[in-house]
Amino acid sequence: MERNLTHIALFAALIAVLGLIPKIDLAAGVPITAQSLGIMLCGTVLGAKRGALAVLLFLALVAAGLPLLSGGRGGIGVFAGPSVGFLIGFPVAAFVTGWLMERTSLSPMVAATAASVIGGIGVLYVFGIIGMSVMLDKTLGEAAFLSAAFLPGDAVKAVIAGLVTQSLSRMRPASLLSRA
Amino acid sequence: MLTLTSPVETWAHRWPAGPKLALLALATTGLLLLSAPVLLAGAALATAGLYMTAGRGFARTGARLLWPLWPFVLVVGLWHLWTADLTGGAAILLRMLTAVALANFVTMTTRLSDMLAVFQGLARPLSPLLPPRRLALAFALVIRFIPVMLQRMAQIEASWRARSPRPPRWRVLVPGVLAALDDADRVAEALRARGGAG
Repeated sequence: MERNLTHIALFAALIAVLGLIPKIDLAAGVPITAQSLGIMLCGTVLGAKRGALAVLLFLALVAAGLPLLSGGRGGIGVFAGPSVGFLIGFPVAAFVTGWLMERTSLSPMVAATAASVIGGIGVLYVFGIIGMSVMLDKTLGEAAFLSAAFLPGDAVKAVIAGLVTQSLSRMRPASLLSRA
Repeated sequence: MLTLTSPVETWAHRWPAGPKLALLALATTGLLLLSAPVLLAGAALATAGLYMTAGRGFARTGARLLWPLWPFVLVVGLWHLWTADLTGGAAILLRMLTAVALANFVTMTTRLSDMLAVFQGLARPLSPLLPPRRLALAFALVIRFIPVMLQRMAQIEASWRARSPRPPRWRVLVPGVLAALDDADRVAEALRARGGAG
């Protein structure tokens, strides 16, 4: 019980920290924020339920007024802006990523990368694109075109989520709660 | 850690959080129903007036909070210039900026603890699944551990730089995540030793 609670809370903090670190040069010379990487890691490490709850806890604190989204954004205002779809999609993305991770016996690297691509990019973008098309009064196709700018960065992050998950499983197999 | 609540005390700080949020929900619904650019411009002006009643410094901070929206303003502006639908573009942008500004106003005039108290109240129907004390503890743990983890990430990066001429990249994330998992285990033990999470 306590372990569930502390894992959820500490991963909510991890999502925030990954968004606040200014410029982890994740891959050569591409300064991208690592926040959506945090969402993916919640799924691949904690699994579906705990991962989604960690993301919800993080979003509650953002809504309450902490500037924890990348770029120091926060407050209720971010839920009234054009990226609201991505925020709503965050917990679902973590859930799907974790759910896939729990249900495959592929190696951690392949499983975590594939789960992050499907959950952390595919599912997330469906929500994000719908949100943007509603908020900016554009067709789904036009909104998809606008979101495509983030695609290369997110693809890199899915691979990094795979690498990190694989390293964790090698150093300490028991730490992957999604595979427990 | 800094919150987005304005340190400048305004009249709106003295309003309770619940009614402010209810009014915000009403106002945002109203904005979504408006489509005439003239009416939306009126709403935008009224919102600017609302900020001015709280003082110049407060209004300037409020304007700065809208700054992250500039890429959307640029893209939508160019798009509607291209399609020669200027009134449509103006309506979209006015609605977006006004809705975000109104929500920011509530955030800027409400203390974090008051806002969290409202959330805990809203979560009350879930109390068989999610006891209120456990939710409060979760909020407190996150707020406490963000600075701890930021500091540790900085230490991990520093020790990488001390050993390698190459920039750290993603490899620093592994010890970072591992440390978070260890912390979670230790905090869980400490909680159990003190009577559990309630």
